[in-house]
Amino acid sequence: MYQMSQTKNEIVGIYAVWYREFKVFLREKSRIVSSVINPILWLFIFGAGLGSSINISGLNYQAFIFPGILAQVVLFSSVFYGVYIVWDRKIDFLKEVLVAPISRTSIFIGKVLGGATDAMIQIIILLIFGWIFGLVGLIPGLHITLFTGIGALFVLFFTTVSLTSVGLILGSQMESPEGFQLISSFLLFPIFFLSGALFPLNNLPVWLGSLTKLDPMTYTVDAARHIILGTSQYGLGLDLIVIIAFMLVMIWLGTYAFEKMKL
Amino acid sequence: MQIIKTENLTKKFNGFTAVDNLNLEVQEGEIFGLLGPNGAGKTTSIMMLTTLLKPSSGTAKVNNFDIVNQPDAVRKSIGVVFQDPSSDDTLTGYENLKLHGLLYGMPADLREQRIKEVLKLVDLTDRRNDLVKKYSGGMRRRLELARGLMHHPKVLFLDEPTLGLDPQSRTTIWAYVQELAKKEKISIILTTHYMDEADQLCNRLAIIDHGKISALDSPSNLKKVIGGDVVLVKVENPNLDEIKKLDFVKKTQVHDGYVTLTVANASENLARILQTIGKVESVDVHLPTLNDVFLHYTGKEIREGSAEGGWGERVMSFRSRKN
Repeated sequence: MYQMSQTKNEIVGIYAVWYREFKVFLREKSRIVSSVINPILWLFIFGAGLGSSINISGLNYQAFIFPGILAQVVLFSSVFYGVYIVWDRKIDFLKEVLVAPISRTSIFIGKVLGGATDAMIQIIILLIFGWIFGLVGLIPGLHITLFTGIGALFVLFFTTVSLTSVGLILGSQMESPEGFQLISSFLLFPIFFLSGALFPLNNLPVWLGSLTKLDPMTYTVDAARHIILGTSQYGLGLDLIVIIAFMLVMIWLGTYAFEKMKL
Repeated sequence: MQIIKTENLTKKFNGFTAVDNLNLEVQEGEIFGLLGPNGAGKTTSIMMLTTLLKPSSGTAKVNNFDIVNQPDAVRKSIGVVFQDPSSDDTLTGYENLKLHGLLYGMPADLREQRIKEVLKLVDLTDRRNDLVKKYSGGMRRRLELARGLMHHPKVLFLDEPTLGLDPQSRTTIWAYVQELAKKEKISIILTTHYMDEADQLCNRLAIIDHGKISALDSPSNLKKVIGGDVVLVKVENPNLDEIKKLDFVKKTQVHDGYVTLTVANASENLARILQTIGKVESVDVHLPTLNDVFLHYTGKEIREGSAEGGWGERVMSFRSRKN
């Protein structure tokens, strides 16, 4: 018999869960392509259309929404990734993982890292596109450097961890995939619209302003905008505090939901 | 030595008792079967023994570890092949096995060696780098069988191993199960609602109905209980009083328009029966099968036609999630 220390077992278990998620991600090429095409459509059709008649605090509108579009990719990709666990349960694949001699916390961490890897790959591709668009003048005013790119990646990594956890919490409680549409209409779109991804936050009516403050994504968009464009509403310090606090709470709730998850 | 011992193992869902004070022992090295209709509590029992479901009361020991207090030790001792497909069809056969080896903390060299061995055992070596979605149902089952025993478990659980497979794949799976039982020297506990499967594979089996054991013995001993040939007659208004007077008729059971008789020396006595019983539409004479045994103990037949098997149990487990 082979004996490894329990800690090493758990780490290998986390790697195992991640390994599967990553393989599946690489095989679903259509998903990667559409996850990059969609945001580019937002930038060039929505951004150019609205941008032709407005510019915001001296910034080109397409440049202004670029950080918001990155946040949107993280939001949709991460939450849906988490909710996908419903499919694992629909067949008996989830049981195969749960009956293995590793803790549910490790399974949860592996899943979160898998979701984060997916989202980060998409973000890196988009950052490279953004860098090129700025360089050739397609989006004037967008100047991404290696330094700001890595900074944005860090902030978005924390957020993808939180949002993958949100998805896994929802997915661990759902019994069938029929709820997918509801999640995107009642959760993701409101969160996206309220995050200030598409408009500045400084001139809003009171009711809307208060709602944006309750939206955790607001702080991610604000932080990414600060890093990439040098302009922000709340300042990087407050943004990071909210982002990291939200992440810790979601990880805690997520591990709890996984412990309690019934089959 | 006992590899599994249950003590009043019980599971209730919202007041419905799926498994009712189950007491059984499985010996090391045997193939043990749980035979019963859909919803009898077979899958629920397996779920408890594999630590995926907590018993409402009672407990069990698997490989001498308690399923309630030592679930991690139990998980290290077992392999499971679930009723529904449990491999990832966007991965290849090899990748599914590698994933399994990682989940069970197998060192890399041992893992690769075992992957080769178990692939060979189920004859999938040539297909190891194909995506599982390109496998047939029977191949996928074989892969999951290989995976279940890859980490050298002491006990292998097979939940309806041939459910939904065509007859040819079923016989193939049986052959593999028998071979691996011999080669890998492990104990196997399987659930099935197929009589022929239980008869073919199991050293001993428990007939389970409404969460309780109705009978437990080897298939041949169970069939001996019937004590004669079986005559199945389709007849309206059978003349039961006269039939019961015949001294060679040992037992009479009426069910769904049929009468099942247990008869000594049926070939000689059939004519007398048919004359006596009434207007006969059809008749069948055979040696006792497990189906007759099941009828003998529970008063009803297992319907083999309902191949969606376990659906009732799944609905049950869906409900349980709301608790």
